[in-house]
Amino acid sequence: MSDKIKFSIDDVEIEGEVGQTIMEAADAAGVYIPRLCASKNLTPHGSCRVCTVKVNGRSQAACTQPIAPGIIVENDTDELKGHRRSIVEMLFVEGNHYCMFCEKSGNCELQAVAYRLGIAAPAHEYLFPNRDVDATHPEIFIDRNRCILCGRCVRASKELDNKNVFQFVGRGIEKKVAVNADANLSDTDMAGVDMAASSCPVGAILRKRVGFAIPVGERLYDAKPIGSEIESNRAENK
Amino acid sequence: MTNKITIEPVTRVEGHGKVTIHLDDNKQVTDAKLHIVEFRGFERFIQGRPFWEVPVTIQRLCGICPVSHHLAAAKAMDIIVGVDKLTPTAEKMRRLMHYGQMFQSHALHFFHLCSPDLLFGFDADVAIRNVIGVAEKFPELAVQGVMMRKYGQEIIKMTAGKKIHGTGAIPGGINKNLSIEERDTLLKELDQQIEWSKGALKIAKDYTVEHLELAKEFANFDSNHLTLIREDGAMDLYHGNLRAIDKDGNKIFDQVNYQGYHEYIAEEVRDWSYMKFPFIKSIGNEDGWYRVGPLARVNACDFIDTPVAEEARKEFMAVTNGKPNNLSLGYHWTRMIELVHSIEKIKELLNDSDLQGEDLVLKGERREEAVGLIEAPRGTLFHHYKVNENDQVTMCNLIVSTTSNNEPMNRAVSGVAKKYLSGVEITEGLLNHVEVAIRAYDPCLSCATHALGRMPLEVKVVDCAGNVLDKKSTN
Repeated sequence: MSDKIKFSIDDVEIEGEVGQTIMEAADAAGVYIPRLCASKNLTPHGSCRVCTVKVNGRSQAACTQPIAPGIIVENDTDELKGHRRSIVEMLFVEGNHYCMFCEKSGNCELQAVAYRLGIAAPAHEYLFPNRDVDATHPEIFIDRNRCILCGRCVRASKELDNKNVFQFVGRGIEKKVAVNADANLSDTDMAGVDMAASSCPVGAILRKRVGFAIPVGERLYDAKPIGSEIESNRAENK
Repeated sequence: MTNKITIEPVTRVEGHGKVTIHLDDNKQVTDAKLHIVEFRGFERFIQGRPFWEVPVTIQRLCGICPVSHHLAAAKAMDIIVGVDKLTPTAEKMRRLMHYGQMFQSHALHFFHLCSPDLLFGFDADVAIRNVIGVAEKFPELAVQGVMMRKYGQEIIKMTAGKKIHGTGAIPGGINKNLSIEERDTLLKELDQQIEWSKGALKIAKDYTVEHLELAKEFANFDSNHLTLIREDGAMDLYHGNLRAIDKDGNKIFDQVNYQGYHEYIAEEVRDWSYMKFPFIKSIGNEDGWYRVGPLARVNACDFIDTPVAEEARKEFMAVTNGKPNNLSLGYHWTRMIELVHSIEKIKELLNDSDLQGEDLVLKGERREEAVGLIEAPRGTLFHHYKVNENDQVTMCNLIVSTTSNNEPMNRAVSGVAKKYLSGVEITEGLLNHVEVAIRAYDPCLSCATHALGRMPLEVKVVDCAGNVLDKKSTN
């Protein structure tokens, strides 16, 4: 029995492996599906909804939905791109995101996805929430102003570092990433080399004293838009 | 009954400010002030931010000379990370960035902002006394202005990563060197830029010499002068120690390490302006105010270490027999001396292979407090920070160049208003004399501005009861 599963994304036939999610199969085939909370080597979370695709006409998170024979997946459509733009636009105004002086600029996935989706300016009124920073750790700086609650740090700490440094607390607009300690990050067993420190897609968790070391022009997304590295798989597969 | 005239905003300066002129019953000017009416909060909201972010964040004070703030903050952060001397590549890249910005800023001011006054006359028809008028009547000059500014901006891009608000200078060094390709691109246009700079210097010099009588009666007043100075007394726009001289050229202090600037300089707050009034402590707030910028730098230095600029400095100083020149209109000439000096320095640097070095950043032992100073296009710029053990800024004090020139600009405004506006029918051309005096200082009110939207020129004559007696507007 073949362990390959055939299905289509935007009318292109894709061959995936049994047990893959739509996103995993799409990545392998060189089809980029935008995402923020999903990250290789981490359990899918399905929380940001940026990767929402239509599967046989129903909206599903591509990072959590397994592939099945013959499913028809819609990805790069005007309707879905519009939904993704709306989500990203809301993320920008929900926090305090100042790309112009953020050290993550050029390497930031939120910024890169926004550019890829054609977002040139904020679409909604800023909420200007009052969020705190935690600079107590000698190697790591937390700036919650830029947090998008993707939960990558929570999962990376548990799954890759075998620790339990981060956790969500609060509900709704009050939800935030907290540390599992009485007070600050310096009170945890977090180490500078932990994978959780490099898992953040935005500028919320940063290694200290290395900001702006990479010049403009050589940053991750200066030359090519986000997703290009996945799309290059398609060229190689041909 | 007293009347009050308001010029708001002042035009052809960077940022927004206004002038109020008070007249008595006999139409005599009794008082005139330049107000910087907006408020900036950078010194407060930088608190709590990580120190390595500061050179990039703090430069957002301004879109005109952000490089100055970027470099002054970076110089302070060098000290915070325990680095007293940068690698040759890092220091020379920063200097190239700085001379590029000095070049483009001075070119912008001379060609775009002040040239209409000099070429057409202070009270020429306002319809032609503007940059469009210059472009029509003197097209070659207008093009030179644009191309020189572009050249400076390209240097900034190659050293800082972006033409405006770059990220090149980082604590302890720089994040890139200059590639051979970038260097050759700049070298290709260099000779043309040098020729144009000499031409601009000649225009400024000839204008001042031909109008010396006007310059002597127009906003001419004695003052102290403050600048950074190299250890051998040479002009140094990037680094040095502090020197202050009085109106006759006597040294008030010299070769002062600027880490202790607050022992020599203090700031006074006055209730009618958001801008502070700095003064030299040993003289006091009444007479301790001073000029900064091109005039102060040329007056206070012993020599300039590039040949064409040094020759020009000697010619300039000869006008006042070697003594400091206290003419506000002298700023234009000295600004063009510095324009030439900057392009001569750029030539030196482009021919220095250290710019292609790979050793970019140094580290040392962390410190908690630091001061960064630089000679910005408009004058001495002070950045002072304290950083806690968690790497967060806890204190920031900035004295921007235009702040130091606050009192001199007010003296200039008051002097010109009394001389030209007393007892006469006030016209737009006469009011422009006040603005010409301000423009000589090339103030960058952006560093203190927070205004949004369209800002038409409106002049109102108001009686003491607040009734508008007359009103003129550009709309």
